[in-house]
Amino acid sequence: MDERVTLYARNLVKVFHTRRGEVRAVDGLSLEVHRGETVGLIGPDGAGKTTTVRLILGLLRRTAGESGVLGYDSMRDPFAIRAATGYIAQRFALPPDLTVQENMRFFANVYGVPRHEQRDRIDRLLAFAGLLDFRSRLAGHLSGGMKKKLALACSLVHNPRVLILDEPTLGVDPVSRREFWNLLNDLRAVEGVSILVCTPYMDEAERCQRVALIAEGRLIACDSPAAIRRQVAGELLECRPSDVRRAKALVAELPGVLEVQTYGPSLHIFVDRADERRAAIVAALEAAGIRCRGMRRIIPQMEEAFISLLRRRQEREHA
Amino acid sequence: MIDLQRLRAVLRKELTQLLRDRITLLLIFMMPLLELFFFAYAVNLSVDHIPTAVCDLSLDVRSRDFIDALVASGYFDIAEYAAGEADVIAALDEGRVRAGIVIPPDFAAQVARGQGEVLIILDGSDTYSVQAAYSAATAIAQHHALDLMVEKLRRQGQTFELMPVESSVRVLYNPTLDGLIFIVPALIAMLLQILTVNLTAQSIVREWELGTIEQLLATPIRPLELILGKLLPNLIIAAVALVLIALIGFVGMGVPFRGSVLLFLFLSLLFAISGLGLGLLVSTVAHTQNEAESITSMLMLLSMLLTGFIYPREPMPAIVRLVGDLIPLTYFVRIVRGVVTRGVGLTLVWQDVAALAIYAALAMYLAARFFHLRLD
Repeated sequence: MDERVTLYARNLVKVFHTRRGEVRAVDGLSLEVHRGETVGLIGPDGAGKTTTVRLILGLLRRTAGESGVLGYDSMRDPFAIRAATGYIAQRFALPPDLTVQENMRFFANVYGVPRHEQRDRIDRLLAFAGLLDFRSRLAGHLSGGMKKKLALACSLVHNPRVLILDEPTLGVDPVSRREFWNLLNDLRAVEGVSILVCTPYMDEAERCQRVALIAEGRLIACDSPAAIRRQVAGELLECRPSDVRRAKALVAELPGVLEVQTYGPSLHIFVDRADERRAAIVAALEAAGIRCRGMRRIIPQMEEAFISLLRRRQEREHA
Repeated sequence: MIDLQRLRAVLRKELTQLLRDRITLLLIFMMPLLELFFFAYAVNLSVDHIPTAVCDLSLDVRSRDFIDALVASGYFDIAEYAAGEADVIAALDEGRVRAGIVIPPDFAAQVARGQGEVLIILDGSDTYSVQAAYSAATAIAQHHALDLMVEKLRRQGQTFELMPVESSVRVLYNPTLDGLIFIVPALIAMLLQILTVNLTAQSIVREWELGTIEQLLATPIRPLELILGKLLPNLIIAAVALVLIALIGFVGMGVPFRGSVLLFLFLSLLFAISGLGLGLLVSTVAHTQNEAESITSMLMLLSMLLTGFIYPREPMPAIVRLVGDLIPLTYFVRIVRGVVTRGVGLTLVWQDVAALAIYAALAMYLAARFFHLRLD
């Protein structure tokens, strides 16, 4: 196997048997994370992100395919994987009635950190996470952002070479989110840690070296954020029409329009050449009695790219 | 297979969390003590001093003699005097009395003819009281009739030396039929079961509810280490609580302890382990603390009804007895009554001890199996 690959999934399948029948939560997913790389697992709720990381850690039994971390197979050597991996589960889940220090010490012992190394390492990680002053505070009394930083510190206590984070910044304010991602970036760049991170936030996806877009348990695209954005054809216009639904149907039929997406009160219109088509679109909307405010050209972000790729895939399947 | 550093880490975490939650800790020790008091004094199965309405339409020596005999027995207390049968029934209807006695107008004459008849009316809505009152009233009436007969025959010049048959009853272990001696040992067993099952089920289901379990399972902790780390602190608490309630029951309430204390403690440990196993099983079924609590409440009710704790198991239909066999208390109630009250040794209770040991092992095995599979 490629020496650089620290984490992989190959044709991974997980079928849940529920009362309403079979659900293919993960459906033939393949993925690789290289040393010193951050890979973002991006997708809507229910896309299979959490199931995928649970399969890789061996917390769930896979239905088919393969997965492993650092050369260990998820099913055969789950404990070897867990000993070398840091993990933050989606629901923040450190014992709330233990203090910051007690939590750190608990995880240090559980991960087998030698007693004489614990003090230094805990101090260093608490400093790294900015929690030195909160050592004796109960974990349940920390703010949302500090809880996540504590979870990160706990998951790093054994110097893992691989870090798996499941929506680590869910419910955290934007400032704390940025701090958290700065910490992750230090880990990756300085320590060479490989990071697999699930996130629903597209701005976080931009901070990954590569992103894997998944929907309905399948991989839609896997590339650098810039390459993913480039996959979107055409140029992008944004406007706020007075009647979004009618405007969308109308604009979609106009010449030169490739795709129309709605974002709340806004329409995002992909066209072949933005400067040429802008006036025609405004005119057509006004002719239909729809007022159109704030028509401007914008740069496509991950979110537009993701929706566009998802739609193209669905169209191909229906065709 | 078990790594001591990891096991110690889990133990320390559990103990820290237990000691930090002072209110829960206080409840853990106070609840059994309160329950011991209330149960011991509320569950009094002997029925006497039944409030009774008397309608004496005869008002002569004979009728007064009969009523005196009823009162002297201790089973009946005269709560009121009624003017007629209808008043007696009204008093029963309104719940002022549980029994009524109606003596017809010419009672003395009837007795003289050898045809005396009294009417005893009982409140059938309370079967316990009725059964006691029924047998008491019948026995008293017969005894009274016998006295009258003997008196009559004596007056005719015949003499009696002895009754042809006399029964001599000796009650072993509990000569005064003290309800506490019956209730307290089994009650201590029951409280121990409630404690062990609840503590274990709650401490694990709580981790599921908080979501902390996934974080724990994603570490190198083995399921066995996690289970042991959860169970050992609970076993310590159960042991402390057992000593506390046993001291109050056997020393404070003066319930005699005839057997070997060491054997009792050793078998209690086995019983506590089966309770911890049952608690683990509950935690593999329940997803929330509320669900766990519903299951343990149901278990407590079934334990009271089906294990021989209060009601004898012999008259129960086989299927109902079988449900009782699934509860560890069933075996331990027989064991404590043997070891504590009858003072017998292991040789006479070994079958129940063996059943309990198998139960504990099976519950642990099943729980460990299901526990492993839970994230799926």
